[in-house]
Amino acid sequence: MIFLNQILQGLFLGAYYALIACSLSFLFGVMRIINLAHGSLAVLAAFLLFVLADRFGLSPWLGLIAVVPVMAALGWVLQVLVLERSLKGGLLVPLLSTFGLAIVVDNLLFEGFGADTRSLAPAIGDLAFASWTLSDDVTIGQLDVIILVAAITVLGGLQLFLARTRLGRTIRATAEEPEIVGLIGIDSRAVYALATAIALALAAIAGAFLGLRATFNPYSGGMQLLFAFEAVVIGGFGSLWGTLIGGIVLGIAQNLGAFITPHGFLIAGHGFFLAVLIARLYLAPLADRVRRRGRKVVAA
Amino acid sequence: MSLLTVEGLEARHGLLHAVRGVDLALDEGETLALVGANGAGKTTLLRAIAGAHRAAAGRIRFAGADITTLPAHRRVKLGIALVPEGRRLFTGMTVEENLLVAAGRGRAGGGTLATVLEAFPQLRPKLKARAGDLSGGQQQAAAIARALMSNPRLLLLDEVSLGLSPVAVDQLYLSLQTLLAGGATIVLVEQDLGRALRVASRVVCLLEGRVTYAGAAGETTRERVMDAYFGLSGAPDATAGGR
Repeated sequence: MIFLNQILQGLFLGAYYALIACSLSFLFGVMRIINLAHGSLAVLAAFLLFVLADRFGLSPWLGLIAVVPVMAALGWVLQVLVLERSLKGGLLVPLLSTFGLAIVVDNLLFEGFGADTRSLAPAIGDLAFASWTLSDDVTIGQLDVIILVAAITVLGGLQLFLARTRLGRTIRATAEEPEIVGLIGIDSRAVYALATAIALALAAIAGAFLGLRATFNPYSGGMQLLFAFEAVVIGGFGSLWGTLIGGIVLGIAQNLGAFITPHGFLIAGHGFFLAVLIARLYLAPLADRVRRRGRKVVAA
Repeated sequence: MSLLTVEGLEARHGLLHAVRGVDLALDEGETLALVGANGAGKTTLLRAIAGAHRAAAGRIRFAGADITTLPAHRRVKLGIALVPEGRRLFTGMTVEENLLVAAGRGRAGGGTLATVLEAFPQLRPKLKARAGDLSGGQQQAAAIARALMSNPRLLLLDEVSLGLSPVAVDQLYLSLQTLLAGGATIVLVEQDLGRALRVASRVVCLLEGRVTYAGAAGETTRERVMDAYFGLSGAPDATAGGR
């Protein structure tokens, strides 16, 4: 039963990873940018929510109504001022510029808030630790369930938005053929700005759950980026449902690692991530060869 | 007044001078066949007119307005649509999505799915298929249909028949004939000279970025174009402003 509980807790942790990875995956899918400032921007959103809760007594749930549009606007500005120019410089420049942005955001937060660790949990009362006990060994945190529902809703909503709406189709078309969309009347620069705005709005939601389920400080962004990156790579870059699965698999791997040894949490997660990377490197060409051979057989 | 006027257009690919001082004029309802060997500058010229390639010098006027520096998406709104070489469909999307994503972005009164499918009925059973899974001919039909969704006044077609089977090309040209009968204005880049001469009202031949021949299709012999094509004779009409 304890083992089952570890898997269950891993699932909930993985839902959080999926939530924080969703924005990274989306931005890569649309613009082929790996936003290294992603974790820092999520932490920035957590700090904004903290200020609203601490100074104005605003619940983080209500605070999101203000913070999501602010982060979306920041995304728009980020695209126009930084990413758009960086993209013209090739693949490496956006990596460097978002890495630089992460350093700037981290240090501005340090300047403004100091090194103290904060949390949004006090602002939601009992919900932060309330749980349902299913048996002696199995408990489910209520906040964890909310995070899982939020992850499925956000990823599912984004998937639906991309598949079913005109704007979603526009974003997908731009992601696939950025030059050609201009020839059918789409301004790719505006689409990229919109995509970055959506990505940062998603980062704001992830930042809220980071603050609700754990503590954070100005330098927490790096670790969040790492987990998000691992979830995205495990699930397949650019695939939203893959991101959910990747997050959950990572969460379960970490929790099982911790079950084996207390130090196993991070090692198991990183180890699993590496194993997936190596498997991709060696198995993908093999699978491709098998597929091609299969096609030849069918053609014959 | 001409619908499209190109004056002294120059375009480069880095150090390569792809289009050199091209002059063209096209009236509403005309079909211009742009012919020339590979690397003659046909694609670059079309892309420059559509706004996908920056003009290094010269002017492009469309319906009286100077559009030389206008971005491609704003030229679509004025009524210019390019079907690029290689089709360049959104292969991960369905045919229907490819068409719908282009709807309502061009001129007012843009094409609808129904009107476009009327011109290309072969796409009707393929609407839910992924564009990447279509045959070459079907992809070309979808690419032209996508361009028509913006209700263009000027349709630029780059290498329509390239890599397609003769049957697929025949079917495509049948649809194009319907468009032409409806009074469409088209600039057509076509390697099949005989077909280009049959469809077009005028022919312009490019060689190394320059116009080496321009004349009415009805008065143009295959031999004359071939001479201009390979630069075997002088350039009799190169100074005729593409007319």
